[in-house]
Amino acid sequence: MGKLTIGCFSSLVGSLSLDFAVKLSEAAIQKGHSVDLWVSGNATMLSKKGQKAFKDYSALAKKVEGLMSAGNLHVTACESCAEARGYHEDDTMEGVKRAGGDWYLASSFSADRFLHIGGD
Amino acid sequence: MATRKLGFMVSTLPYKIEGSRLAMTHAIASQSVGIYLEDGDMVEPVVCFIGDGVFNCIKNQQSMKHYGITSLAQHIKNSLLLDLTVLICKEDVDKFGLNEDALIMDAEDMGGKTKAKIVPFSEIRRVMESVDHLLFN
Repeated sequence: MGKLTIGCFSSLVGSLSLDFAVKLSEAAIQKGHSVDLWVSGNATMLSKKGQKAFKDYSALAKKVEGLMSAGNLHVTACESCAEARGYHEDDTMEGVKRAGGDWYLASSFSADRFLHIGGD
Repeated sequence: MATRKLGFMVSTLPYKIEGSRLAMTHAIASQSVGIYLEDGDMVEPVVCFIGDGVFNCIKNQQSMKHYGITSLAQHIKNSLLLDLTVLICKEDVDKFGLNEDALIMDAEDMGGKTKAKIVPFSEIRRVMESVDHLLFN
């Protein structure tokens, strides 16, 4: 089975691009693929623990935690993007790694398919 | 030993959103990607400024003065200093009434030898077709 690398810069609240990225990850995993999900910029907030689900906003924490615990979703957050937002190591959702942008480029190296969602 | 080419397409305005800054910092991160790869493997970024993205290349940006943050011009100079390929779309430069004199074309003041190039969109399209992965920002 293949490996899909997805990178996203879009915010958890205010954009549905992350929602799309997580749904795509889930669909790929259901087909037996593995997914590396890189969250950078405002997208780092996807990987912050303690998110409260409101019906007005995308609430992806449970889904992401479930996919990670099943083993085929690997989420890595941009460390400097997180720190700049006051989101520290202790605030990180269990199972999420923190790294620099070079981790993302390295993941793209071995990806069978690659999707980058830039913008805001 | 293998090389994967990554095409960073920057079409967003500077400062309005973080997109162009993230594109450049990720492209620059290619310099340290080796710690994650096998010996001899590498990634090679190409940074292309298209559409509104060409405004990232304007000289004399005063972001430190006004926002207290590093300028996108500085990131372009850092990219050139690292010998990354930087292409700027000619049609968009012309469309906005800009010219080479108004844009960051080199990092000579920092000792860099690599220069940015203003090229027709057809050349940028060739880059898009030749890279392994495209990253629109």
